[in-house]
Amino acid sequence: MIELDVHKKLNTAEGEMDLHFKSVVKSRALTTIYGTSGAGKTSVLRMLAGLLSPDSGKIIVNESTWFDSSSRTNLPPQERKVGFVFQDYALFPNMTVRENLEYALASKNETKVIDELIDLIELGGLEKRKPDTLSGGQKQRVALARAIVRKPQVLMLDEPLSALDQSMRSKLQDYILQLHKEYNLTTLLVSHEMGEVFKLSDEVIVLENGSVRQQGLPAELFTSRQVSGKFQFTGEILNIQKEDIIYIISVLIGNSLVKVAADEREVAKLAVGDKVLVASKAFNPIIQKIG
Amino acid sequence: MEWGPIILTFKLAFITTAILLVVSIPIAYWLAFTRSRIKPILETLVSMPLVLPPTVLGFYLLIAFSPSFFFGRLLNEWFGLKLVFSFEGLVIASVFYSLPFMVHPIQSGFSNLASSLTEASFVLGKSKITTLFKVLLPNIKPSLLTGLVLAFAHTIGEFGVVLMIGGNIPDKTKVASIAIYDEVESLNYGTANTYSFILFAVTFIVLLAVYLVNGGYMKRFLK
Repeated sequence: MIELDVHKKLNTAEGEMDLHFKSVVKSRALTTIYGTSGAGKTSVLRMLAGLLSPDSGKIIVNESTWFDSSSRTNLPPQERKVGFVFQDYALFPNMTVRENLEYALASKNETKVIDELIDLIELGGLEKRKPDTLSGGQKQRVALARAIVRKPQVLMLDEPLSALDQSMRSKLQDYILQLHKEYNLTTLLVSHEMGEVFKLSDEVIVLENGSVRQQGLPAELFTSRQVSGKFQFTGEILNIQKEDIIYIISVLIGNSLVKVAADEREVAKLAVGDKVLVASKAFNPIIQKIG
Repeated sequence: MEWGPIILTFKLAFITTAILLVVSIPIAYWLAFTRSRIKPILETLVSMPLVLPPTVLGFYLLIAFSPSFFFGRLLNEWFGLKLVFSFEGLVIASVFYSLPFMVHPIQSGFSNLASSLTEASFVLGKSKITTLFKVLLPNIKPSLLTGLVLAFAHTIGEFGVVLMIGGNIPDKTKVASIAIYDEVESLNYGTANTYSFILFAVTFIVLLAVYLVNGGYMKRFLK
């Protein structure tokens, strides 16, 4: 369990912001910190990792105190045993893929975990390559594997997929889920992608202007009213078109475009670019095996 | 022509460069990563030899090293070190004189590295020393090379500092640049030309090598 209660004054593009993050994150869960850019998400991760010192407050992880301003405790990042996947991946350019992973080892003899990770995340064949020669998705996988080598108490991912295209993103989301389960990790993910949050997280913490607004299950937080639909998807409105007396809304769900009919009252509340929940409960969906 | 001054010049340049490498890495590291308020002062001191007339630097070192002064007497009595008009004194003076040429490239190399590299290493449980040797230094090799070569070439070219504190003692402090001056004064233009040409050629080759190895790096540094 991670108990965070920290204050930090941040200088952002919009001026000074008072970040106050108070929350309890469950062990072995995948929790997402969701919020628009500039809400202070990354700073929260950096404070937990020891890369940024809070002005005041407490960080307690699995009953050991990592930071406490009242007793002047502040463990350096080296002693926190966390895994951190940076937005720019931060792979060491002078080392090969394998050397990057080996660097994370506490003792040189535990190469078993590295073989295991290379296998699991399908990095075989890339082992001897230098980071410069890898694609974005490959770099991302190496960074992810490197963060897990030490079996961290907390795995932190700072917008890990923001630089990747949609299909690559979805594949990497699967890897993250797989590793999270395989190694029984407590994972904290920072994201501003609602789809990502829905797919990956057990719990969401919504951060707004530097303070926690809500915490709970993704479906509860992102839909204003409870939908007990038989099936539901989130998507983004690409187009709203008037046809006779009804409107046709084109929604992008994953990689597929879905057209939904709506009346004038419904359309009034929607705009292109909105994130929406598409649910149906009147129909019984038909499932057919493909191929 | 004697080879003594040429050999002495290169010996001085090698030793000075080796000492500078060891001394400059911690200074450059500190300058690149510190948030201390005294950073501008230290930065200024390191850069002073760039603009200060070498004779000024030489004059103060001469005073400091002289046995009639407290510091010089201390060195003499405790370590038996006589730094005025000696090769050891030349080495120390050269270290001061070429310091910015080693520190600046290394410092800018450190500053240009993404800070996430250092942070990633720390998060992986590695100390600052391990991070420095395994992550930072291997990734600024072009800067290190630039520093080494500039410091080396600059030491070869020094004159004023050597003249002030080294004098003109054959095989001890008579380096090539002094020898050239000496020969010209005695109107031996031919010998002066030989020395000059050797220095010219070596400096050209050394600098060309850096430009070739580092590609566009030098341009950015000298800007």
